[in-house]
Amino acid sequence: MINLFEVKETNDMVEHENLDVRTITMGISLLDCIDSNLDKLNENIYNKITTKAKNLVATGNEIEKEIGIPIVNKRISVTPIGLVGASACKSSEDFVSIAKTLDRAAKEVGVNFIGGYSCLVSKGMTPAEEMMIRSIPQALASTDRVCSSVNVGSTKTGLNMDAIKLMGEVIVETDVITKDADCLGCAKLVVFCNAPDDNPFMAGAFHGVTEADCIINVGVSGPGVVKNALSKVRGKNFEVLCETIKKTAFKVTRVGQLVAQEASKRLGVPFGIIDLSLAPTPAVGDSVAEILEEIGLERVGAPGTTAALALLNDQVKKGGVMASSYVGGLSGAFIPVSEDQGMIDAVNAGALTLEKLEAMTCVCSVGLDMIAIPGDTKATTISGIIADEAAIGMINQKTTAVRIIPVPDKKVGEMVEFGGLLGYAPVMPVNNFSCDAFVNRGGRIPAPIHSFKN
Amino acid sequence: MKKTVITVVGKDTVGIIAKVCTYLADNNVNILDISQTIVQDYFNMMMIVDANNSEKKFGQLSDEMAELGEQIGVQIKMQSEDIFNIMHRI
Repeated sequence: MINLFEVKETNDMVEHENLDVRTITMGISLLDCIDSNLDKLNENIYNKITTKAKNLVATGNEIEKEIGIPIVNKRISVTPIGLVGASACKSSEDFVSIAKTLDRAAKEVGVNFIGGYSCLVSKGMTPAEEMMIRSIPQALASTDRVCSSVNVGSTKTGLNMDAIKLMGEVIVETDVITKDADCLGCAKLVVFCNAPDDNPFMAGAFHGVTEADCIINVGVSGPGVVKNALSKVRGKNFEVLCETIKKTAFKVTRVGQLVAQEASKRLGVPFGIIDLSLAPTPAVGDSVAEILEEIGLERVGAPGTTAALALLNDQVKKGGVMASSYVGGLSGAFIPVSEDQGMIDAVNAGALTLEKLEAMTCVCSVGLDMIAIPGDTKATTISGIIADEAAIGMINQKTTAVRIIPVPDKKVGEMVEFGGLLGYAPVMPVNNFSCDAFVNRGGRIPAPIHSFKN
Repeated sequence: MKKTVITVVGKDTVGIIAKVCTYLADNNVNILDISQTIVQDYFNMMMIVDANNSEKKFGQLSDEMAELGEQIGVQIKMQSEDIFNIMHRI
């Protein structure tokens, strides 16, 4: 039988170490909503989402109360709208009307974000998909809860450089159009390489076409729990360090497994996956950077950071895989700058640069995340950053992403506030030597060879 | 049978167990096991109970227990046993 100390350990994790389940995300397929009449399509989408997700928020709250662990977000991901809207939408404005429908449905069922205003163009774009991508700035400006993502490359297909060029322009335009809302639009827009079909985390969540009609995916968290466990093994060798991370990750992931099983049972929707990511928040003590410092770095960005992050990421997976029956999504440590107090401090102290962050993304999920850059950064430079990050994903057969926020009128070192879970970030310097000629070539970068690994 | 874990944590005072047990008895909640320690004047108690025969729903019992805790000056939490089993047992 359970003893007092085990109960206390669990409750201390919640009360003092910010243990929570970050999100229950319901993935809903919209393929059966497709219609060539735009009004009918919008009606179908609204009806399907509000029917399937009717009880999502209430069920989440009920489980939260019974097990005593906060479930921070309840969210929805849908089939990429680039596919769903292809036969009905004749213009970018038509696509924006679908974004507004998604926003309305999200508000009706009470979820805080809905992801899937997306398209998958890793090899090429259909005319509809290009229209959808061009509609992203307007869609994000005219909605509150819609998140958008675009997959521009994969290990199997190579990189779609035309789409990467276009995304540089879309990010700049989104930034200008949502300027008055602190560029919040760019915080809801992710550019992927090797995007997973079952990611529960925003802003990159969408419900892939390989998925069932409706599923429940759960994202766990718990950087604070790992950090606290590591504070008890200071000075011990790597074996002890790694074992501690693994055991802690196991316990944290088990919470997600229970929540996923319960949610699946009560909603009558199959369980998809648990995403093992360590997801930080701006709250003190809920930071991945602090774990890396606890491992032995003065500041994140110091030599040794990439190795420390690599071992952290790997041990979290080793512990988490055993704890859950199905693992998927992004499953790694997130290193968003604005959402992690330790990262913000490291940037302010001059320890952490964009280049070091790029190196760190080689060994963890997911990529350059929530990074504020000067507003006068050229679209081609942003495309160059996306291409670099996508190349890392393509060659290393992993998911990488870019969620970067150019901030108008702000200079390097100034702060920008996004609010809530999105936090705040110092504007970071970007290498401004031009890559115009590279980005403007057009076409694709071919898929990489899978032998001669060096 | 689904069991429930009740934890009571706070500064030690007269009658904590009495008040908690009275509430449980009034609501037809059966106590299966109690363990309790005092660490540096702090009262730590865990009860394993069967709340399946209570007329009140889990959410209501949980809210009322928390309220009772506030009156006594301790923190009372009520959680499904599942969360502890899944985390601490393979």
